[in-house]
Amino acid sequence: MSNDTLSKKLLTSRFGKIKADSIDDYVSTGGYSVFKKALSMSGDDIISEIKTSGLKGRGGAGFPTGLKMDSVKQAEGTPKYIICNADEGEPGNFKDRLLMENDPHQIIEGMIISAFATGTNHGYIFIRGEYIKSIRTIEIALEQARVKGYLGDNILDTGFDFDIVVHTGGGSYVCGEEFALLVSIEGKSGRATYKPPFPTTCGLYNKPTQINNVETFCNIPHIMDMGGEEFSKIGTDSSKGTKLVCLSGNVVKPGLYEVPLGTTIRSIIDDLGGGVPNNREIKMVQLGGASGPVIPKSMLDLKLCVKEMNGNDLSFGSGAIIVMDERIRVLDILKRIIEFFRHESCGKCTPCREGLTQMLILLNRFIEGTATKQDLALLDVLIETMGQASICGLGQAAPTAIKKVLKYFPEEFEGRIHSMDSVTV
Amino acid sequence: MQVKEALLKYGSTPDKLIGAMLGYQRNTPCNYLSEDDIREFAKETGLPLSRVHSVASFYSLLSTKPRGKYIIQVCYDVPCYVNDSVNVVKDLENKLRTTMGHTTDDGMFTLEYSSCLGCCDKAPVMQIGDKLYGNLNSEKISEILSAYRRNKNE
Repeated sequence: MSNDTLSKKLLTSRFGKIKADSIDDYVSTGGYSVFKKALSMSGDDIISEIKTSGLKGRGGAGFPTGLKMDSVKQAEGTPKYIICNADEGEPGNFKDRLLMENDPHQIIEGMIISAFATGTNHGYIFIRGEYIKSIRTIEIALEQARVKGYLGDNILDTGFDFDIVVHTGGGSYVCGEEFALLVSIEGKSGRATYKPPFPTTCGLYNKPTQINNVETFCNIPHIMDMGGEEFSKIGTDSSKGTKLVCLSGNVVKPGLYEVPLGTTIRSIIDDLGGGVPNNREIKMVQLGGASGPVIPKSMLDLKLCVKEMNGNDLSFGSGAIIVMDERIRVLDILKRIIEFFRHESCGKCTPCREGLTQMLILLNRFIEGTATKQDLALLDVLIETMGQASICGLGQAAPTAIKKVLKYFPEEFEGRIHSMDSVTV
Repeated sequence: MQVKEALLKYGSTPDKLIGAMLGYQRNTPCNYLSEDDIREFAKETGLPLSRVHSVASFYSLLSTKPRGKYIIQVCYDVPCYVNDSVNVVKDLENKLRTTMGHTTDDGMFTLEYSSCLGCCDKAPVMQIGDKLYGNLNSEKISEILSAYRRNKNE
């Protein structure tokens, strides 16, 4: 397959062609024309178009966007809120940063259309505090949109009021989780809460709230432009549209690639990324980021497709692909991942807070070669407990990589069990 | 900058607290929030001291300990790790004559780990203030550090 067919450009079509700080550049390439069209439609018609497109959330969970918008529109209670989750902190991901820094108006246009469809007047973009350039770029873009009358009161004389405020994160991964994000916007420590109720009915200040990832909002103008039907022709039966893939690790050409959903992991690594440097072999690949599964090289022909991934008890999350070559030590990688989660755990629930500390103790025993068979059994119990009993996605997903290493690379653990212990009596 | 000024500039409602503390901290000589600062924020916003302290100690970008003029944040996560970030840290520690988590004797730099900085395509990566530096090697690190030192002497 040639690189042209592989990389289908929709969300990144303006990258490098327009200046991020120029609203005129955006407008001259068709920008803000779609939202003008949308403002003459009914909210239900817009949502119906999004439903037809088959768009699913791009932040990792993959919830159907049209359904979420519908819930917010139907929900009782005002004011309603719309939040763009730009708290990108999942290791291996940089797509949201590049979307903000290269084409900020695309996000804003997607948010205006969504807000109009659901009858929402207040918007937030929650940007992680480390992304200083993104914050500046978005703030400039918002001001430009206000000057043009695309944000503010009575937008284009339609009677629709809508504005967006930037909220800066304080450096906390867990704030990418919906409820932690909401309390962080309210100015508190970002700690997760039990679900349900979900944000669509009980979100920011307990009001109906639509929260979507940056990439999800960027898809909206394209869907409204080409029509949901046409959009749904891109991709596979269960995964529509394109996906931004953040390719990193041991690869010749790391970077951001936009591909039609359904593309295989192998062709992303080899055809777009130029394979592994110095012709080394791939040891394992992590999908989605630190909270995602790892797979061996024998599974690289899997497609970025929800159905195929689910069938293998896997997911591609937010689309990161981290390539690790034969030189890596698998347990050292797992240790880094668990250390990351231990640092980022909000500390509210016991399975996550204590589970991660215990997991590190166990991992270290395997790394030092002092682990026993009982430690292996304990590790299994811990993985299960954290997955079942943690309040939020952080604790539930933190053991994913360990779980998959136990499945696909069991020798990494079994080979490190203290020899005295493995002698059967 | 006084706490009052920060609240005036960034907003004094509870939802603006994190932004106001970040803005205030940037303008302190030692890049941190002292106990007195935290008390002042509680007093001026009318929020309970426990809540203000909870926020100040929860977020990684806020510090309750004095730090250097420039914070060097080195990414700790896997994409940088498989691209040799361990040696970046060793190199920085040697050149700065300090260790991870500490400040240089002259108070110029504090060396910290950071969670993923979202530049995995340029791994290994570090951030100083609002500037990102990628594809790091020993030579590049020397250049960057001396540029900051030159700035100080100008």
